[in-house]
Amino acid sequence: MTHARLRRASPIAQHAAGAAIEALGADISRVNQQPASLGVVLCVLSGGVNYSRRFYDETLKDPTAASPLVFPETVFNAPASHVAAILGTTGINYTLVGDQGTFLLGLALAADWLSSNQVDGCLVVGAEESDWLTADAFRRFERRIVLADGAGALYLKRRTTENAAIELAAITNSYSFSSRSARIRAAHAVRAELPGAGPHYVLCDGMQGLARLDAAESLAWNDWSAPRLSPKTILGEGLAASAAWQCVAAIDALQQGHYRAANVSVVGCNQQAIGAQFVNPNFNG
Amino acid sequence: MLFPAPQSAKVPPRVVVTGAGIVTALGLDWQTNAEGFRQGRVAFQPVTLFDVSRQRVKSAAQVNLPSDLPSTRLSKRQRSRLDRAAKLLLLAAHQAWNQPGWTPCSHLPVVLGTTSGGMSLGETYYRQAIERPRNHHRQAGRVIHYQPQRHGLDLAGAFGFSGPIFVIANACATGANAVGHAWQLIRNGRAERVLAGGYDALSQLVFSGFDSLQALSPTQCRPFDAQRDGLALGEGAAVFALETVASAERRRADILGEIVGYGATTDAHHLTQPHPQGDAALGAMNAACQSAGLEPSQIDYVNAHGTGTPLNDSAEAAAINRWAGAHAPTLPVSSTKSSVGHLLGGAGAVEMAVCLMALQGQWLPPTSTLREPDPAARFPVVRQPTAAKLEYALTNSFGFGGANATLILRRWP
Repeated sequence: MTHARLRRASPIAQHAAGAAIEALGADISRVNQQPASLGVVLCVLSGGVNYSRRFYDETLKDPTAASPLVFPETVFNAPASHVAAILGTTGINYTLVGDQGTFLLGLALAADWLSSNQVDGCLVVGAEESDWLTADAFRRFERRIVLADGAGALYLKRRTTENAAIELAAITNSYSFSSRSARIRAAHAVRAELPGAGPHYVLCDGMQGLARLDAAESLAWNDWSAPRLSPKTILGEGLAASAAWQCVAAIDALQQGHYRAANVSVVGCNQQAIGAQFVNPNFNG
Repeated sequence: MLFPAPQSAKVPPRVVVTGAGIVTALGLDWQTNAEGFRQGRVAFQPVTLFDVSRQRVKSAAQVNLPSDLPSTRLSKRQRSRLDRAAKLLLLAAHQAWNQPGWTPCSHLPVVLGTTSGGMSLGETYYRQAIERPRNHHRQAGRVIHYQPQRHGLDLAGAFGFSGPIFVIANACATGANAVGHAWQLIRNGRAERVLAGGYDALSQLVFSGFDSLQALSPTQCRPFDAQRDGLALGEGAAVFALETVASAERRRADILGEIVGYGATTDAHHLTQPHPQGDAALGAMNAACQSAGLEPSQIDYVNAHGTGTPLNDSAEAAAINRWAGAHAPTLPVSSTKSSVGHLLGGAGAVEMAVCLMALQGQWLPPTSTLREPDPAARFPVVRQPTAAKLEYALTNSFGFGGANATLILRRWP
């Protein structure tokens, strides 16, 4: 990508833009024709930490030399602004901050905007960038955690006869927690709201092979007998991007025609448990 | 379930404000702030929270926090862990929660707007990690409480409710976005009640950032002044208890005002500079009017974003001129950032509170620092405390990244 907005942009903006363009596909030309018709929801946990750390370091050393080019990139919504500029959209654009489950809150928000005809389409992006500071912070809670960066994006539209794509069927309530026991209860509440394992179902969970972090989700889904995918065990803990990857993996599995429905379970690190279900309306297995 | 949506009413419910809390450098409660904004008091002082000795600008509208926080369900230990931003938020939320007589409940969404959450904790974490990397004392707590979602959880714990927590970080428009999103949740049938607001505390990184951009005024913040030379930072919070009219009337709650319109757009012109003609700002005002079913001529007062920077105010003036048209020469406009500075994530919510105060008290809050009005503004900028007959007030909030939001409030009879 060679857009002028990305010349100085931090990695998180580059990741977000790449995922957004890929998700939009051929509809990118429609955005150019109707710039107010596309909504953008960008979800982050740690956000633009590279430039934040760099700018604060410059401030501590000599505030008169702190770069005015760097500071704007530290703002949480800088990546969303870059995505909007690259796509040429002037529609509603939110940056949501929270734990991994925030990506599913973003999907619910996008669905609301579509239902109320505020937009004709909506991009929901989860993005993060790597930094030693984030790694240092997460290692205080689990030394074996493998952090990852990148982005994932879903493009939501109202269903028509022309776009017989994968459907977002349900998003559970967001169950907040602020203790380990409440986290377990929240994961169970999500499990109870999502349909049980039927024939041709797949579960896309957020397990990452770390017993302490996985405990709540593991307990909640221990009776799941159908296949399951665990993208974090391969990609690492990508924070807000992880939940997006889970959804992308679930949709990919449905698109390949192997499954009728996919449940996505996200038990965040410090805020909420939330789940979603996607279905393949064309499944005839 | 958050999706699919429940069957919503054919006519969206009216959304009213039954509780409001505000904390700014003018004061820690509604009455003190209302009197301060009515008179156009100016509340800037030298910054003492962090080192500004090497900054170009050394003052801001810093809040004098009380030594004790109000009594809530948070334990003494939990209260001791709250950072400055969380304290500002809790003080405002305490007022908003108690006023309408809300009681602990489940499924109460909270929507917060902030630009930097617990930034001061992040700064402390970073300094310790660099200067004493083997010293882990209190670092884990800083990681937890730095994140803005923690502030939402703190509110839930303080008042005994649960529900989804939305943290919107749309730069300086985010306080208005938070209230606007809450309004939409209620209108779309997602919730009958929502706690919503915006907040931010002063922090060294953000202060230095605006100073590096030379966006801070080295003299005095004078929105819409021909000689204006920048903004002044402030800190604070405003939180609102929002609910349907039916819900409020069931409890015979006092109603402070009604939210009737919300519009949000994106200005893709530049990361930090608005479109010179205010295209996206115009779009936000038009969208808010459309959702309210109002014409610009029905708006009695505009609380402008009015930062006091040359570029923002000229773009906003162009937008208001275009939006108001023939109504512009008689439309009172002011920016209350002359009194309390730019509260960033708190600005949109605090300025909505100012509009509610003005509608309740039937007065116009002045931009008291204005000396020589910018001729680009075809509208009268309120300069003195003024009584007025107000039915509708509109408030603009614009932010970095091109986030634009407009709210329209109505006086409750």
